[in-house]
Amino acid sequence: MTDPARSVDPDVDLHIPGQRRELSPSPWPVLVAVSAGGVLGALARYGLAEAVPRPPGGFPWATFAANLSGCLLIGVLMALVDQVWSGRRLIRPFLGVGVLGGYTTFSTYVVDTQRTVADGAPGTALLYLAATMAGALLAVWAGTAATGAALARRSRPADQERYAVAGQARETGR
Amino acid sequence: MTVLLVVLGAALGAPARYLVDRLVQARHDSVFPWGTLAVNVAGSALLGFLAALPASPAVTAALGTGFCGALTTYSTFSYETLRLAQDGARFYALANITASLAGGLGAAYVGMVAATALTT
Repeated sequence: MTDPARSVDPDVDLHIPGQRRELSPSPWPVLVAVSAGGVLGALARYGLAEAVPRPPGGFPWATFAANLSGCLLIGVLMALVDQVWSGRRLIRPFLGVGVLGGYTTFSTYVVDTQRTVADGAPGTALLYLAATMAGALLAVWAGTAATGAALARRSRPADQERYAVAGQARETGR
Repeated sequence: MTVLLVVLGAALGAPARYLVDRLVQARHDSVFPWGTLAVNVAGSALLGFLAALPASPAVTAALGTGFCGALTTYSTFSYETLRLAQDGARFYALANITASLAGGLGAAYVGMVAATALTT
């Protein structure tokens, strides 16, 4: 089943002791980080929607692009949070819960699908529904896999160096 | 002005997602991501309701683009689904996709019907 050391829910996972305790002694640092990040993410999504408005019955490109790029980035971010930034308390609340959570949206995805049906383009609506779902899952997988591979490549020489130093220390200590 | 309303809505929507997610998890100790499903379904209902109202652009910006947009999330949903699938909980991953789609679409539809009923 799931690995208890890695979160399933990137917003907050109460199975992880550090995240269960992150609102004490004061909840404000985390809540303010989430709120500030959410504002930045929502502004980026709003800017994209204003730049590329959805034509009646047309494909909602702006929300599609925001959701797919946000999913790619959450994959990158969570790999970094799990493997590099595990000690940094506010990175996940600010970038993951806030920026990426505010940037991506499920409600607009659902309502845009229904609006496209109402506009008389059910085929486009169905394509949008399926392409976002498939694209989002592919993007989050690609983000996680690429970052994991890059981190593994980067850490290999450092590990060898560490083993060498440890080996020398053992020998001189003997 | 519109930008400020988006800012205001998102400043409340994102921490609301975080707090609701915690609240749901504290009551349901499960691998299935009930918390994210709850915010996505609730946000879809509210946005469906707003979409069918003769709402002013200001209300749409603050509550729709800002609050509902930040309350709901696609990044968290897809990350959870991938983690479930990769950890061998394929049934949960598929159930999460099905429940989010059916729940979100259904909730938005009910929101639209409610708004129409109230305004006609």
